[in-house]
Amino acid sequence: MAEYKVQFEVFEGPLDLLLYLIKKEEVDIYQVNLTKLATQFIEYIDLMRQFDLEIAGEFLVMASTLMYIKSRELLPVDQQVAAEGEEEGEDPRWELIRQLVEYKKFKDAAAQLQTLEARQENIFPRLPGKLEFESAAPPPKPDVSIFDLLNAVNVVLRRFEKRDDSREIFEDKWTVSEKIEFILKAIAERGRVLFVELFESAASRSEVVCTFLALLELIRLKQLVCAQDEEFGEIEIRRVENAAPTVGTPAPAAPELPREGGSDPAHPGAPPEPVLHQTVQPGEAPESPRQS
Amino acid sequence: MELKFILESLLFSAQKPLSIKELREVFAAAAAAEDADATADSLAKIKDSELTTALEQLAREHESAARSYRLACVAGAWQFVSQPEYAPWLKALVGQKIRPPRLSQPALETLAIIAYRQPITRAEVEQIRGVNVDAVMQTIMERGLVEAVGRAEVVGRPPTYGTTALFLEYFGLRGLDDLPAADELRKIVVQKPPAPVTVEPGLATAPPEQLALGNEEGGKAGTSEQPATGSP
Repeated sequence: MAEYKVQFEVFEGPLDLLLYLIKKEEVDIYQVNLTKLATQFIEYIDLMRQFDLEIAGEFLVMASTLMYIKSRELLPVDQQVAAEGEEEGEDPRWELIRQLVEYKKFKDAAAQLQTLEARQENIFPRLPGKLEFESAAPPPKPDVSIFDLLNAVNVVLRRFEKRDDSREIFEDKWTVSEKIEFILKAIAERGRVLFVELFESAASRSEVVCTFLALLELIRLKQLVCAQDEEFGEIEIRRVENAAPTVGTPAPAAPELPREGGSDPAHPGAPPEPVLHQTVQPGEAPESPRQS
Repeated sequence: MELKFILESLLFSAQKPLSIKELREVFAAAAAAEDADATADSLAKIKDSELTTALEQLAREHESAARSYRLACVAGAWQFVSQPEYAPWLKALVGQKIRPPRLSQPALETLAIIAYRQPITRAEVEQIRGVNVDAVMQTIMERGLVEAVGRAEVVGRPPTYGTTALFLEYFGLRGLDDLPAADELRKIVVQKPPAPVTVEPGLATAPPEQLALGNEEGGKAGTSEQPATGSP
């Protein structure tokens, strides 16, 4: 048997393979002969099987769609039974072509992104180098989930579990709105507060709950964000940079402006491009004002 | 003193790209300084649109001067960057940029779909790509290029995804409108072809008399079958 030279391209999926087959035919997607395509597609799957390649389920689904289209063709129109659930007049061929065209456009868009990616590698920003060491400490990981917060508050509440046997019953004197002011004040004074610090002075379970609700409310109002430097680290609370001032908040003092814009103690501005990519973390940018 | 030159000096010495908001704050702070002069005062409450106009004009001037650098706006922040053709020497000077490995083809395709169609659910992305995207989504989310942005108001309320500011930075885009062919791809309208071709021309898959049943007024039997379900 003659020696075969097999050039086997890797396809992202059935649509990719179909596009490849169409390209090989050198025809317009709209003009493509789906019956012929079905045959070629199945030949390809056979080839994959011969090479013991694992065939993803999606290829088989596509193969069956193509077979369906092909088999429908064999029946004259008046004898065709509309598949259940299929809208009348919906042509599976049209649906497939629509999908192919859409996929093709995004594939082209991806190619353009790739060009941009390569181009961007050759673009150097004008940046003084000194930021390199400033950002040695990784910026705090944003996005503390509600579950992290609940875990943290449970730890705080455990403090009160121990002395459950005998206690005084007194009127709850805490309100959420008071606690909102308390938190905003603490943040305004210190810039950032640790989660546990908020509860240091709490004397009762209900006070802890009030403070916690106040915190959740402020997060909901997008006044505060929580961040965690590392997994299981301390949760840190700070203001959202461009939060609309709430009523009753001490108005941000004038000197806050340059500080906010210039550099932030723990996160000295958005790092320059190279550094930024060095410490890529999911959602790294949110703190950077550029996002706004 | 012209506004654009003040901006130029700011961006020239800035340690990082500056957004309009940051620039506005600089102007406010400069006016608040004790020794602020009349010019600084007059620019204290400068509008965003004025800043943008001046920056764009400045960028155009730099562009037409055809220097080795230009003023670029990436993810809404302005900075001076070198032109790509000078990369060989810059690489020698500062070393290769530390960038994560280039994105794979599936990752780029998935990113493109999310970028143009955000907010979009995972199922919708899979619908377009025709394959499972779990692993790819994981990769691009880990790289911070994509994030969950909300939930779709459909059964199960699946999360929807969108691109991040890092995505814009990574590709050097000013904003989402800066994406290539943005208006076209946001909403692809695919023209329905008059009659998709299924049967190979000249190779009838059914006896011609049967084909004629669905295609009485049609042309040559065997070459121009009508769509199976007889679309309107």
